[in-house]
Amino acid sequence: MTDIWRMIARRLLLGLLTLFVISLVIFGATELLPGDLARELLGQSATEETLAALREQLGLNDPAPVRYWNWLTGVLQGDFGVSMATQKPISELVGARLGNTLFLALYAAALSVPLSLLLGVLAALWRNSIFDRASNAMALTSISFPEFFVAYILVLFLAQTGIFPSMVRITAATTFGDRIYMAFLPALTLTLVVTAHMMRMTRAAIINLLASPYIEMARLKGMSPLRVVLRHAVPNALAPIINVVALNLAYLITGVVVVEVVFVYPGLGQLMVDAVTNRDIAVVQAIALIFAAAYVLLNLIADVLSTITNPRLMHRR
Amino acid sequence: MTMLLSLIIGLGLFFAIGWSSRLAMHAVAPAQHKPIYRDMPLTAAFGIAVILIYVLVATLAPLIAPFGEGEVVGDQYLPWAAPYHLGTDKLGRDMLTRLIYGARNTVGIAFATTALAFVVGSILGIWAALQGGWVDQVLSRFVDALMAIPALIFSLLLLTIFGTSVLTLILVIAAVDATRVYRLARSVSQGIVVMDYIEAARLRGEGTWRLIRREILPNAMAPLVAEFGLRFCFVFLAISALSFLGLGIKPPTADWGSMVRENATLITFGDITPLLPAGAIALLTVAVNFVVDWQLHRASGLKE
Repeated sequence: MTDIWRMIARRLLLGLLTLFVISLVIFGATELLPGDLARELLGQSATEETLAALREQLGLNDPAPVRYWNWLTGVLQGDFGVSMATQKPISELVGARLGNTLFLALYAAALSVPLSLLLGVLAALWRNSIFDRASNAMALTSISFPEFFVAYILVLFLAQTGIFPSMVRITAATTFGDRIYMAFLPALTLTLVVTAHMMRMTRAAIINLLASPYIEMARLKGMSPLRVVLRHAVPNALAPIINVVALNLAYLITGVVVVEVVFVYPGLGQLMVDAVTNRDIAVVQAIALIFAAAYVLLNLIADVLSTITNPRLMHRR
Repeated sequence: MTMLLSLIIGLGLFFAIGWSSRLAMHAVAPAQHKPIYRDMPLTAAFGIAVILIYVLVATLAPLIAPFGEGEVVGDQYLPWAAPYHLGTDKLGRDMLTRLIYGARNTVGIAFATTALAFVVGSILGIWAALQGGWVDQVLSRFVDALMAIPALIFSLLLLTIFGTSVLTLILVIAAVDATRVYRLARSVSQGIVVMDYIEAARLRGEGTWRLIRREILPNAMAPLVAEFGLRFCFVFLAISALSFLGLGIKPPTADWGSMVRENATLITFGDITPLLPAGAIALLTVAVNFVVDWQLHRASGLKE
């Protein structure tokens, strides 16, 4: 057990280091701009007073390392600064929306992960059948579809008839059941976008193992094909499957942005798009950091889980 | 019922196009290449035909389009009837014309972006592999740091800083995607730079640029070409997504992503017009994916 904890501690440290570098990149990106950030943001027509006020608000009069330090210590205490467009504290803007976005991502994950694992196992079991070929073509197709295409097709077929709402209005008073119902179409869109890839990779991971001698042995013992796959192949295929699932959940984080805009879902993605339109740099930095942190965390969890499922990975030197 | 019917028509079209394009390519191909086209899957033949049609439409756009690109020709949101075969958009511009010009703008910009990402990414990648040492370390760690941030999020951050215009869009997306190309080019050429003939070329006194261009690049071409197809799909989808969000290609330039955004309200009335540009994006990406899939399969020598 101590090995596992040591490994987790090491990964956590690495994750923190990655986050630190990411914060440097996100903060440092503003330094790439030649000339004055304030003028760039406000345009050529800005007066000297407004420019000076914005510089003061962004702290542009301090040298970059001091600003970075102030920003980082603020972020660590949950203070992301003040939005330029609305003059509200960013943590207030982000708070409720972060919950909504997490809810949507978890909802989509709860739909897509079991579905894709089930379909992947079936495709591996019936490989080269019509089902397998059709699912391969479907997978390639769905990877190629832009999210908004999938979303609007769903709106056309499911929302237009009035079964599900095409716009999501979530307030603090919305009950859990209503949330599930209203967020169904966005969650289904995300599910359709990520399921195919996870399913193909599950199939590939299992099929890779089916050629190994111990599987042949199990077959020769007279085991049923389903039992061979579930009992012998899947446990050893877990590590790659977990990684693909994590990759796709990480993809959900970015996919959420477009889907939230289509369904007017009050989440972080929508807020970020608005902030980019207004060039509200402080808000964009805060949300980018949150998304990147979620991304790093997911990869970390996947790394730890896949190491635990495979003892050989634990003891590699 | 209509759904089933359109599905059958779609499948029928797919097989017809795939089959006829395979036959055509088989007939046109020089003798030594004929077997490749005889065995090619229908999906790949379909993909090649679709890509050719897109290229044709994009290059001949002004000749095919019935109206001018930004020309207001009638009332807004007219139904599908001659002379506006696909109706008009919210400003009264002809939808079919906009779709045709969109092929030129959207696909052209996506192609230029991918090409830029490739030139930068692969040259840097090969250079890093060739130099090794601290050049490689610095570049690779830098790229790692950039890749730790999700691509769309990073593009949004850069677009906030540099503002949204077509030029910044191309540069930003190219920069983000160049990191992915760099990784591939570096790992492919790491296997090549240790070969004896590279050693020999170095001893002959060939310079770095010549080594990259004449010795390494030709041998790293196959995986890079396949990656180009895939990368194009990602870039194309990213640009469409950004345009859809209102942060990419802006009106009056006809672009498929922003066309979906502008006319999205029609969907709630059961009108499928806004789906057409989205479908055009999807069809091209599918086609490219089909061809890349076939090429990868052929290159890997798998026969299943």
